Amino acid sequence: MSLTVLNAIIAVVIAIGFAALNAAYLVWAERRGAGRIQRRPGPNVNGPLGLLQPPADGIKLMTKQLVIPGGADKALFMVAPVLAMAPAIMSFVTIPFSDMIVAHSMNIGVLMIFAFASLGGMAILLAGWGSRNKYGVMASVRAVSQNISYEVPMLITVITIVMMTGSLDLKDIATSQAGGIWNWNIVPSLSAPLMPVAFLIFFTCSLAETNRAPFDLGEAESELVAGFHTEYGSMGFGLFFMGEYANIVIGASLITILFLGGWGCPLGLFPGVWWFLLKIYVLIFSFIWIRWTFPRTTIYGLLNLSWKILIPISLFNLLLTAGLLKVF
Amino acid sequence: MIKDSVKQSMEELFPPPAEPVVEEAPAEETEEEEAGAKKKKAAKKAEPRLNGVLERDYKTFGYHLDIQLDPGELLAAVLILDKADFFIESITGVDWIKEDQLEVIYDFSRYDFDACRVVIRTRTPRSEPSVPTITKIFAGANWHERETHDFFGIKFEGHPHLIPLLLPEDADFHPLLKDFKP
Amino acid sequence: MSAPIQIQPGETFTLNVGPQHPATHGVLRVKMEMDGEYIVKAETVLGYIHRMHELMGENRTYPQVLPNLSRLDYLGAMGYTHGHVLAVERAAGIEVPERAEYVRAIMVELNRIASHLFWFGAFVMDLGGFTPLMYAIEDREYILDMLEAVTGSRLTYCYFRFGGLYNDIDDDFVNAARAFIPRMRKSLKKYAALVTGNIIFEKRLKDIGPISAEMCRKYGASGPVARGSGIDFDVRKNEPYSVYPEFDFDIPVYHECDSLARYMVRMDEMEQSLRIVEQGLDKLPDGPIMPKKKPKLIKPAAGDYYQAVETARGSFGIRIVSDGTKNAYRFKLRSPTYSNMHMFDEACRGMMIMDALAMMGSLDLVIPEIDR
Repeated sequence: MSLTVLNAIIAVVIAIGFAALNAAYLVWAERRGAGRIQRRPGPNVNGPLGLLQPPADGIKLMTKQLVIPGGADKALFMVAPVLAMAPAIMSFVTIPFSDMIVAHSMNIGVLMIFAFASLGGMAILLAGWGSRNKYGVMASVRAVSQNISYEVPMLITVITIVMMTGSLDLKDIATSQAGGIWNWNIVPSLSAPLMPVAFLIFFTCSLAETNRAPFDLGEAESELVAGFHTEYGSMGFGLFFMGEYANIVIGASLITILFLGGWGCPLGLFPGVWWFLLKIYVLIFSFIWIRWTFPRTTIYGLLNLSWKILIPISLFNLLLTAGLLKVF
Repeated sequence: MIKDSVKQSMEELFPPPAEPVVEEAPAEETEEEEAGAKKKKAAKKAEPRLNGVLERDYKTFGYHLDIQLDPGELLAAVLILDKADFFIESITGVDWIKEDQLEVIYDFSRYDFDACRVVIRTRTPRSEPSVPTITKIFAGANWHERETHDFFGIKFEGHPHLIPLLLPEDADFHPLLKDFKP
Repeated sequence: MSAPIQIQPGETFTLNVGPQHPATHGVLRVKMEMDGEYIVKAETVLGYIHRMHELMGENRTYPQVLPNLSRLDYLGAMGYTHGHVLAVERAAGIEVPERAEYVRAIMVELNRIASHLFWFGAFVMDLGGFTPLMYAIEDREYILDMLEAVTGSRLTYCYFRFGGLYNDIDDDFVNAARAFIPRMRKSLKKYAALVTGNIIFEKRLKDIGPISAEMCRKYGASGPVARGSGIDFDVRKNEPYSVYPEFDFDIPVYHECDSLARYMVRMDEMEQSLRIVEQGLDKLPDGPIMPKKKPKLIKPAAGDYYQAVETARGSFGIRIVSDGTKNAYRFKLRSPTYSNMHMFDEACRGMMIMDALAMMGSLDLVIPEIDR
């Protein structure tokens, strides 16, 4: 009994450490990547290749004064950043990095991750509302409508996969794709011919869910100053920032597990955690690449994309797959 | 040529008594527009200008028609220009302190290749400067008139929103008046 | 933000955009009456960087006020000083040697490209794309280095003199400018591939922010804003000045009246400016850069002189009312963005804030130039 508790604590600590480390160094990677894309060096002064930049940023953010604006709702204002970070870390607990490495395997892992992901939208709403800033309120209203619209096609796509696998456990979903690239969910099969489309939908939705460019309407800096975190400074801002990157890691992990065979090798050889990490970092790099290439969409363009294009297609895919699964 | 048609319709605006501008004996010491390039020497003895239309040498002055009129005739003249598809370039003032008058200058031009720049001038007494607004004809006159009001204190009668534009909102001074002391 | 916000159905709230807001690119303030995300009314509040250049123009002699002109528009300063020297030369009847005229045109056009490049980057940044700004600045840097070598400054040039130039261009400049032309053409292709063809970019601009030709006329809009509304108006062509009649170039005009049209006009204008620079370098005559005979003290004859030039932002006008002394009696600056920005209130009504700010970006605002 005590051993399980200890196990759980160690697992959670590792998950938190992984999330925080990732968040910190993804910021570095993003800035270096943006630098490469924009033909400038990026952070390169602190440490070799600027690798000490994230700790320096962290120290700076932590030593700054926490300013709460006069009219703000103190409780909500303080809770929101924590609420942005906590669900992201919680989601790591159930993500399997390989068939051995998983903090706590749950038979409803998919459900749990999406439940926590919804809390992220809550954090943005509370941040904007709590800071009593007009820009913040507008941004949070946007972000919430965005989150709601994009959870629908995302979940429909997941249901398709759950139907194919017959399990809500992420580990099972990954294991079912073992053996090589031809077994992966992204590859169209007789019973699920539209899976590449589903992958694209899921990818787009993860971009939107994590509030990344080109869907970063919640913090559209050229219109809404900084969106929902306009009034946040010091570690409040830091938590939002880390939460965003932690969410990116989760999004990439989910895509990897649901579509790209989890920790399996494309050729079926030496499956293991390295494949998983390789896949999520390639995905994360593509996130960064997209962010620095595309301009931002409009809010109505974004909602139209979800309700008029993504949801019908994903629904069609769901019905088609359901029918074909019965046939084959 | 648009220049001629505008000139013609402008001249119709002025009733016959307003004779075409003729040179009169110098009444007071002013240095006004009459000094063209050819008359540089005579510039010191320029005469006050009567209302009317003048054709200007574009090479020297940079505009074609120079119209001086009473504030009361302003709207009619601007309407003519509006009908002839002119756009508003700017509105500004000049403080002729020696004559105790403020001059308001309206610049109009056209978008096509038949270049015709028209300058309309009107004068108003310095003690109570007031000119009718042309914002109803050219919406774009709004800011120009506000700016002129800022700098010269000229009242534009009927202006919808005559508050300081470039100066602070509580400004009660008019910096471009020649007797302005900072 | 201490007062709680009360948003109720049918009610509006006031959103204060600026004076320090990332989209206004300076200290412009727009008081927006908002209904949710929709703009009901927008009132522009100017004057945060008002410096009263017109009074300075009256207090200083003509040469003394020359540096002031480049402080109007820090991105396209060359065009504004060009306007001033042309106005004073017109008033004082100073002849300009041909070589100086050509060099002036080359400089103004290079500066126009630099200005448009920066606008291009900043505009795409307004739309949320950050990378093109870095590419644009790289090309702009090349121009600024070239101009710095000749004029001595990077932004606020005081290079033109009444009657000519401060400094002749050398072979290094000519070679650098010649090398720049193919480089810039390549870059323009790159921008077209990276930005113009982007579907998100097109969706954000197409049919958004309509400004009709009639509205342009009522407000006196000029420059790329007017040309994006189908108005074929460019002072360089309509009222040719300097040596512009010698050059073979086109005025890009788009009839769509939307933000994309204004964007396309500026992108095409860079190509046309390159053509002018190319021809200017080919035709560049030898000779002096200052006239032999030049009055020591510039005292234009009494009179009212007007000079319009086409700057990067539109038709810039200078009115000099001279009383025959060494100072101007009245020194009026007609800045193009002043009129262009004036349209914003009418044009943005009923638009969503993000579209309105994209349209504001397409007006190419430089705030010191509005406030003067």
